[in-house]
Amino acid sequence: MKHLRSISELGVDGIVRILGLANHMAEVNRRPVPKVPALNGRTVVSLFFEDSTRTRISFETAAKRLSADTMTFSVSTSSVNKGESLKDTIETVSAMGVAAFIVRHKTSGIPWQLSEWTDASIINAGDGWHQHPTQALLDSFTIMSTLGRAPSSDCLQGLTIGIVGDIRHSRVARSDIQAFTALGAKVVLVAPRTLLPPEVEGWPVAISSSLDDVIGELDVLYMLRMQRERMSEALVPHLGEYSARYGLDDRRAKMLPEHALLMHPGPMNRGVEMLIDPASMPNNMITQQVANGVSVRMAVLFDVLGGAETGAGVVS
Amino acid sequence: MKKLQLINIRGGRILDETTDVQGRLADIHIAGGVITEIVDAGSKLPKADIDLDATNCFVSPGFVDLHVHFREPGREESETIETGSRAAALGGFTAVVAMPNTEPSQDSRIVVDFVRAQGVRAGLCEVLPSGCITVGRAGQALAPYSELRDAGVTLFTDDGNGVQDPLLMRRALEYARDLDITLAQHCEVSSLTVGAVMHEGSCCSHLGLPGWPAIAEELMVHRDIELVRLTGSRIHFLHLSTERSVEMVRRAKAEGLPITAEATPHHFTLTDEALRSFDPVFKVNPPLRTPSDIAALKEGLRDGTIDAIATDHAPHASHLKEQPLDQAPPGMLGLETALALSLTELKMDAQAVVAALSWKPARIAGVGDRHGRPVAVGESANLAIFDPTCEWVVDREAVASKSKNTPYHGRTVRGKVRHTVFSGQVVVRDGVAQR
Repeated sequence: MKHLRSISELGVDGIVRILGLANHMAEVNRRPVPKVPALNGRTVVSLFFEDSTRTRISFETAAKRLSADTMTFSVSTSSVNKGESLKDTIETVSAMGVAAFIVRHKTSGIPWQLSEWTDASIINAGDGWHQHPTQALLDSFTIMSTLGRAPSSDCLQGLTIGIVGDIRHSRVARSDIQAFTALGAKVVLVAPRTLLPPEVEGWPVAISSSLDDVIGELDVLYMLRMQRERMSEALVPHLGEYSARYGLDDRRAKMLPEHALLMHPGPMNRGVEMLIDPASMPNNMITQQVANGVSVRMAVLFDVLGGAETGAGVVS
Repeated sequence: MKKLQLINIRGGRILDETTDVQGRLADIHIAGGVITEIVDAGSKLPKADIDLDATNCFVSPGFVDLHVHFREPGREESETIETGSRAAALGGFTAVVAMPNTEPSQDSRIVVDFVRAQGVRAGLCEVLPSGCITVGRAGQALAPYSELRDAGVTLFTDDGNGVQDPLLMRRALEYARDLDITLAQHCEVSSLTVGAVMHEGSCCSHLGLPGWPAIAEELMVHRDIELVRLTGSRIHFLHLSTERSVEMVRRAKAEGLPITAEATPHHFTLTDEALRSFDPVFKVNPPLRTPSDIAALKEGLRDGTIDAIATDHAPHASHLKEQPLDQAPPGMLGLETALALSLTELKMDAQAVVAALSWKPARIAGVGDRHGRPVAVGESANLAIFDPTCEWVVDREAVASKSKNTPYHGRTVRGKVRHTVFSGQVVVRDGVAQR
């Protein structure tokens, strides 16, 4: 695989392959010294045009554990502030000999545009409202491994996953929908009409505007972050009303089946979508998602950079 | 001004408003900028400086584009009046209406005079400056219509922006009525298109790009039809893109309201699916829409609801287009491919295509006295000579425009301009610009 730009480009075979590799990487991460020489001598640059805490650090941790050299490009201290274009920036950094760019940008499609301008691999760490494929892979991995299932094209079969909140502006939702349904899960989107994409007819999902109606049937409750600025766009009346209809409070926590997993991509807006302490939930997966993120991103880097031919010590 | 040439055009079929759809085989002599003789094919003609071979070609009145952006003054990195005029001539156009979103915008006599003069200097087609509806296209105050009309402006538009305020638009129409000018609206209710990159529909939902809904165009089409009904003034609708817009215009015309409309080749040949490539070359305003919109535009052109094919030729330098989709400016080239796409895609006979490219827009632009005329003795020699069956491949590296943002790169199309005669001068000969 040359690039990882979207779940649909990866395809179900690719998803299963990454999940399998991630199992091996999780084993590496349990070793006393969680580091292997697989990507020794390869340079990986993280190019983050948008703020990020967990994704950037997760990728950089993953790259270092595979012994890649990592560089961070921070927009605030770069020539982008002097007006250098995206194309010139990527051509300049590419000229230094880069194996892969890990890219986050506020605009959809940037990974496709960049791959026209560089020979390096592009790994999408979030483009606009479009895709965040490693998030979907780590989410799938988290559900699969928690349930003790093995990687396969039906490893999420029989599960009903509710994704709740601002689907319209969510790259996580667009990626998760593709990954979860590819692996056999049923997905229910729960949101007011204003927070759904303009046209979802034909999507392989069920849709509900009422969390109360569906929460009792969920095997996974996946809460999305509700951004405060959405009110100014007249998408919801105010955050209190949103919380009342879609927030996870004590009452809804009791309605959720006991076995159901609670997930959130972070960062959480406590007091908006999350009205309880998630740590109080028996199947809170939120920290586990972050931990699994490193294993999954190691798997992605290894797959994209052809570590299978150059490296050793990973696949036992 | 160069000496007016003696030109013979041999072997072609005259195709104009007066011929039947087959055209009429005849040879033509041009002297002093005017058609002086038309004889049966193969008959003797006076000696000429230039003999143009029109075998397999139609000889039609030159085309008139109601909608081009030549970027001068202000954005000469993307196009100049000279390079744009060359693209126009190669596309068979002998007159173009230059949109007013220049820097400074065409809201004063000095800018309008400059644009016209640069067109004369280039000498490749007649460049007709449009005027702004509002000062600076800002939607706040009426532009000086009378002053601009005295400078020869007949079409007024804030193209790129719709006039948002219904009161201002009402006043503009009322004031324009006495001056015998035409207002041309870019129909877009801007509060519905904030940040929009592409058509709002299933494709934008999938790609996570902000959508430009059809209703943003249709609301303004509807409003302006009602304002025309109220004021009795003329309006021309620029680049209609939706099925409902076409239907509203069809009904309004049936009522006899003084409304005209245009459609662009890109809106009747490309859909929003093109954005799946994330290539900003496909970003345009209004956006590429859906197959049912394409079908409605084609039907509108066939039944005359839509009067004219206009290109909305909108060059942008590579460094402007090679930006994130939200920052890349909207627009695409059109002049050099308009005829071919129309002949290839519209399933209309060549005469109907030329009507929409020539005499109908000539009248909307107020230049029907010298463009879109019958090919007849005594008429000004503004002619397009084109082979309707010639197949060719669009190549962005080969365009005459200063920018390369054609969405048709690599596409095989049918129909090519062989020669263009503008004001009695051969400006394109065998597909090559002569100046």
